[in-house]
Amino acid sequence: MSGNTPSVTPEVMLAFYRRLYPFKSIFSWLNHEHTPTRLFTHREFAFTLPGDVYLRYNSFNNADELKKQVCNLNPTRFEIGPVYSARPKDKKTVRPAAFSPQLRELVFDIDMTDYDPVRTCCSGADICRLCWKFIAAAVHVLDKSIRDQFGYQRLLWVYSGRRGIHLWISDKEAMELTDEQRKALVGWMTVIQGGKEMHKKVNVRQGTKPLPPSIQSSMRFLGEVFTNLTLGTQKCFQKREGWEELLRLLPSGATTSALRTQWDEGPQRTSAEKWNTDLGERYAALGPPEHDIMKAAIEDIILQYTYPRLDAEVSKHRNHLLKAPFCVHPKTGRVCVPVDPSSIDSFDPEKVPKVMDLLDELDMVPPTAAGETGEHHSDWERTSLKPYVDILDKHVLSLMEDVRQRKKQEPNMNW
Amino acid sequence: MRQKPKASGSFTNAGSVEQHSNLKYPTRLNFYDRPPIEDITLEEFETCALDRLRVLAEIESSFARNRPWDELKKVTSTQCENHGLKLHASTAYTEDLDGQRRRDHVGHFVLRLAFCRSEELRRRFVKAELTLFRVRYEEDGIVDKDVFHRSSKFDWEEASDEELAQYKSQLAAAAASSSHTHATSSTSHTAEETYYKVRWTRVPDLVEKRKVFLKHGMAFVPRREISSIVLQEFQTRLEKALEMTAKALPRLDEDTRIIPILDNLSQGFLAGVSSEWGNTTSSGDGSEVTADMVDDIARKHYPACMRNLHDCLRRDRHLKHFGRLQYGLFLKVLGLSIDEAILFWRKSFSNIQDDKFNKEYRYNIRHSFGLEGKRANYAAKSCQQILLADQPGTSDNHGCPYRHFAPENLQTALLSMYSSQGLTSADLPEIMHTVKNGHYHVACTRVFEITHSRQVSKGEGIGGGESVTHPNQYVTKSRELEVKAQVKDEDIVMG
Ligand SMILES: [Zn+2]
Repeated sequence: MSGNTPSVTPEVMLAFYRRLYPFKSIFSWLNHEHTPTRLFTHREFAFTLPGDVYLRYNSFNNADELKKQVCNLNPTRFEIGPVYSARPKDKKTVRPAAFSPQLRELVFDIDMTDYDPVRTCCSGADICRLCWKFIAAAVHVLDKSIRDQFGYQRLLWVYSGRRGIHLWISDKEAMELTDEQRKALVGWMTVIQGGKEMHKKVNVRQGTKPLPPSIQSSMRFLGEVFTNLTLGTQKCFQKREGWEELLRLLPSGATTSALRTQWDEGPQRTSAEKWNTDLGERYAALGPPEHDIMKAAIEDIILQYTYPRLDAEVSKHRNHLLKAPFCVHPKTGRVCVPVDPSSIDSFDPEKVPKVMDLLDELDMVPPTAAGETGEHHSDWERTSLKPYVDILDKHVLSLMEDVRQRKKQEPNMNW
Repeated sequence: MRQKPKASGSFTNAGSVEQHSNLKYPTRLNFYDRPPIEDITLEEFETCALDRLRVLAEIESSFARNRPWDELKKVTSTQCENHGLKLHASTAYTEDLDGQRRRDHVGHFVLRLAFCRSEELRRRFVKAELTLFRVRYEEDGIVDKDVFHRSSKFDWEEASDEELAQYKSQLAAAAASSSHTHATSSTSHTAEETYYKVRWTRVPDLVEKRKVFLKHGMAFVPRREISSIVLQEFQTRLEKALEMTAKALPRLDEDTRIIPILDNLSQGFLAGVSSEWGNTTSSGDGSEVTADMVDDIARKHYPACMRNLHDCLRRDRHLKHFGRLQYGLFLKVLGLSIDEAILFWRKSFSNIQDDKFNKEYRYNIRHSFGLEGKRANYAAKSCQQILLADQPGTSDNHGCPYRHFAPENLQTALLSMYSSQGLTSADLPEIMHTVKNGHYHVACTRVFEITHSRQVSKGEGIGGGESVTHPNQYVTKSRELEVKAQVKDEDIVMG
């Protein structure tokens, strides 16, 4: 899809940083307040420069300093790390013991490449509107689980610029989680496990006991996803390779052998026919012990084909760096924009603004009264980037409100 | 050390203790939230800490050896008994409960000072202390546990009947999907189960394994899993306390009497040790060892470090300074008298003229026996000292082969030293793995087990699950086993 897009030149990037990048909003989002706190000043920024030069442990006193340095270095992208116990730029001069990650948004990374075994439309780095629906399903499940089970409310979803999505959680407790707690939360959320050589990747219960309630609560939704995507658009069991994979996941026995014979003789049957009719009718006719075993297998298969696939390592450690929102994907030129989870179903990654188009938009509208010679803090307001910055700003307002509430309750808060 | 009493002497943790209200320490278990505030003598300071260190060091080597939990529990209890750290239940009226609990209290706080000083030490200390606490917590009777739960403010809230009714099916499903044992009666046992509500962050282990029901960040912890809250709380508080202590510690530097003790303690932990083997002569049956017995004992009973020195001495007819020192003190404690020692060295240095020997070596040997110079009674070097002090140079033979040999050389050396006693190349991967992870004393202990496999099984160490902490302890235990085996064989012949 990026075949005839001209590559993003350094000049384009520099213009984007100078005129469009919403530094003020990013600052407030990381800082939770108007006046700079440790949340910003002790925060690590890492820059990737052309030629794979990677500069770590940068930190800044305020948004202007950050902007100045970004425009100076003109990085292809930059990443955000944790809040350390000392300013990252002083790392070399403080004792190692006095330099450790303290706070960090709880982050998740969902990447389309992890869905290769369960999608047929694309593979590798490619995505299309069809398989993006898997990401949309993951957003629904994860967003609901985090809010309902863990009680977090300050969630920011960000399109990763090409084939995935990031989630940043900024609730106070989430920021303070230790690595051990992050690992525990990831364990709770991880349902798909095991490498290529492992066929059955869902092992979340003992035998045929009921699913854990946290997973059970998503089953109805995931059943629809399975019908629409796995059986529908992806036609996962259409080809021999696909239905063989399904048969490997079913309990061995009479039912499974009967299905194998039937599909060998009638390979043209659709995925929906194979699942709903061929398997479904046999399942309904099973007696008690086999019925329970088959029920568990069917639920596990639905999970394996639809449950969110998380990149666990990203979430486990406070010191993991993650690309900042509003960076530009160097190949596609698309901006990593925030996404409203309630409209994720209509989100089309192909409609995300590209950096070149945004600069064109700027050139077409007349400059504001303030003139174009000075700062360009809010030039984005005059482009199609605006609705996305608005999402972030709205999110920032709720973070600031949280701080205000906490300060009311405990006036001597030193966070 | 004398710490000034900061408050009145009373030390009570609890609001509601019915029994033993006269105890200063009303509960057997201690969260160590408050430092001991009574006077502590320097001797008490050191002995309480050393005893506790031995227990913790054994816990560490239990982990390194992958002991199953039940075995670890048994070994740890035995170690506690051996080192005066057994804590009796509050119902044991005849015991000096306060005395035991005070020793436990003081030892813990001294070791905090020793182990707060690096992140690595803090991590290992927390792990070992948490294990000790868990062993004791699991031993605790219901009454003691209840008193303890009430005395430490755990801040858990019982789930209300409305909540239990509202989340009935989820609680049942959470219990059923996670438990191995309550397979059939999943619905019936939740009906009467008590649930406690805590923030999920206080039970990460239960969350990771999906053993609880979560709602808006609150974990519903069934009563049978309550130990998770207690253990997690212990760990969290100790971690925080150690960081605070680390920040406050520089002020302690004023007390020069304490720092060397603390240094010694933390080094002991690194080497897996601290030992009483250095000073007492300890031949298996108390009889003297003569110079001409040494070859035989070396072949049958030496740990690798001493075997290496002995073989080098035989090969080169000489040993360099640190090698002589390490081996000489070892032989003294093994049971060689001063005369036998001089005889041994004289014969061993067969390339050297009498003149030179008398001038350069006799004095040093007598000196090491405390017969010359300042007449100090030098102790034989422990594993800790061998591991950490006087790193061997390229032409030296002293040190610990497990630590100071290249892996290939260590394997060759072990096979040539011990294959006659049953060590085969099939044993090497396990030993080399332990070495790679820096658990040299565990590797040495494993070799002891293998070379004494007729009498010692895996995990028993040099007896009672103990690990090697001193070369003399190794050789003595080995010789004791030989005596026992002979007695047994004689029995068979007689019968
Ligand atoms: Zn696709």
